[in-house]
Amino acid sequence: MRAAPAIAAKLLRDPSAALGLLIILLLVAVAVLAPLIATHPEAVWDMNPRHRLLPPSETYLFGTDRMGADIFSRILFGARITLTIAIVAVGAALMIGVPIGLISGWRGTWLGETLMRVSDIFLAVPQIVLAIAISQTLGPSIENVILALSVTYWPWFTRLVHAEVRALKNETFIEAAVALGLPTWRIVLMHVLPNVLSPIIVRISLGMGFTILTASALGFLGLGAPPPAPEWGRMISEAREFLPEAWWSALAPGLAIFLVVMGFNLLGDGLRDVLDPRIRRGNTG
Amino acid sequence: MATPGDNLLEVESLRVSFRTEAGTARVLDGVNLALRAGEIMGLVGESGCGKTTLANAILGILAANARHEAGRIRFAGEDLLTMPRRRMEDEVRGRRITFIPQDPYGSFNPLFTVGAQTFEVMKWKSPLRAPGAGRGIAGFLSRYPRARRRTDAKAIAQMLRAVQMPDPAAATGKLPHEFSGGQRQRLMIALALLPQPRLVIADEPTTALDVTIQAQILKLLKELAKSGGISVLLTTHDLGTAYEICDRITVMYAGQVVETAPVDDFFRRPHHPYTVRLLDSLPRPGRALSEIGGEVPRLIDPPAGCRFHPRCTRATAICRSEHPPVTQLASGHEVRCYHPLTEAAPP
Repeated sequence: MRAAPAIAAKLLRDPSAALGLLIILLLVAVAVLAPLIATHPEAVWDMNPRHRLLPPSETYLFGTDRMGADIFSRILFGARITLTIAIVAVGAALMIGVPIGLISGWRGTWLGETLMRVSDIFLAVPQIVLAIAISQTLGPSIENVILALSVTYWPWFTRLVHAEVRALKNETFIEAAVALGLPTWRIVLMHVLPNVLSPIIVRISLGMGFTILTASALGFLGLGAPPPAPEWGRMISEAREFLPEAWWSALAPGLAIFLVVMGFNLLGDGLRDVLDPRIRRGNTG
Repeated sequence: MATPGDNLLEVESLRVSFRTEAGTARVLDGVNLALRAGEIMGLVGESGCGKTTLANAILGILAANARHEAGRIRFAGEDLLTMPRRRMEDEVRGRRITFIPQDPYGSFNPLFTVGAQTFEVMKWKSPLRAPGAGRGIAGFLSRYPRARRRTDAKAIAQMLRAVQMPDPAAATGKLPHEFSGGQRQRLMIALALLPQPRLVIADEPTTALDVTIQAQILKLLKELAKSGGISVLLTTHDLGTAYEICDRITVMYAGQVVETAPVDDFFRRPHHPYTVRLLDSLPRPGRALSEIGGEVPRLIDPPAGCRFHPRCTRATAICRSEHPPVTQLASGHEVRCYHPLTEAAPP
């Protein structure tokens, strides 16, 4: 626990993890400061038909779209939507998945088995298919995208925590804590949870990237935020009909999605190298 | 057997079985054991004879597939098997009966300081804590009462000196990996003694340590137990360990007690053929190592009669069909055998 500065230092020494962290910090900064950075904040939602589909220039850094809105500004405001969806969806999945994993891992009784079979059912269907089905049924909105993503992502946390807890239960210090008569909830919170924190953190980072990708796919299919919200996936979808002439209108949101997903994946992989107890044990002997 | 009043712990015809895929294994089959207050009892036997199961049964932490079939475990006049689970967890386990694990290297959570883990135990198991205080939701929200924490901190500092931790003041701020195996076992002894228990169950506490450290740790455990009037149930497969510190020794074989005797009598006049063979298997200068032929029987289908008969050189027809009764020999010396070594070998 007190090793946090050491872990951060180790992480920054890994160039790809440092790059990932940089991209994510940039994303957060952009999302927070969007109204200040945006060159045409008013043009995000306003129509400006005279400036339709202009190529990148000094006024319009990434060009304009079919409504005449500045794509650069829309990308900046889109970062807010993307980040909100990813944080809330992964956070909700975490809140559902981790407690269920702890319970089912600690108690291998009928309750634990039932919970695991339920999560198996969710894992049996590809996430994107299930998410499409849910958001299609509920109608296109950001809230429903978040709901669909968290409902489909929690079993990944459950599986992970379940497996880690099962392995931890055989550790001597857990057996010793049981034999010393500490309350069960205390053992789970004090001794089990902190020891599964590392894989959870790694899974959060990878899950953010994965969730952003799925959210963009839903947006592309018209199941995300309704227009004219500057949702990156929807922006690509809207740019399709003007390809290849207005290439810039699809390139910018595509690059944004690519960079952010790569950032989270690089950071996740870097965190895995630094945090994963198995690899760490291997290094220290 | 001694009168009930003298005994702190009495295990009476305890049967515990495990359901496995191959069938039901009777791991404890009619075990009797009596432990007086302040006595150090060695529980000796080969691996798989049921020592650890007996220790876990007394602590009430048997695995989920284990089943109590019969018998009683009386501790300070109360039957632990019929005691409500919450009371057992709150007032007995970790409080009046504590535990020293086998492997000191893995017995601390690697993420927290030794001090944090010691206070965590004391928060719930301090002798100053009222029984049942802060259970359920109240316990979930409760903090460590500050006055008690201060008093407990003094007790911890004193205990760390008692277990001869070098630099006890700095010890609480260190992480577990900063201690050697011997030091960690000293810490485990401190943790086991801090709740001021009446009985400590030590499950092979020194097998993972160097021989030179073993003797120090055993001596320390004996001194502290004797000065505090604490009973110790020490499971071990090492007769040397048992000889070092025990007052009495009980030998288990395949889930049954075969012989129990005061330590001097045990080593001078062993009666059960298995005990004799066990003692003969100790290496001694000028003599070839002697092993016990055969292996411990499977507990799913143990041999009929005396369970040792397939490996016993003195076995006769009756040993193969009838389970031998307990024979009282000299004071406190009991043996379960038709042909103990007091009589001449059968023809």
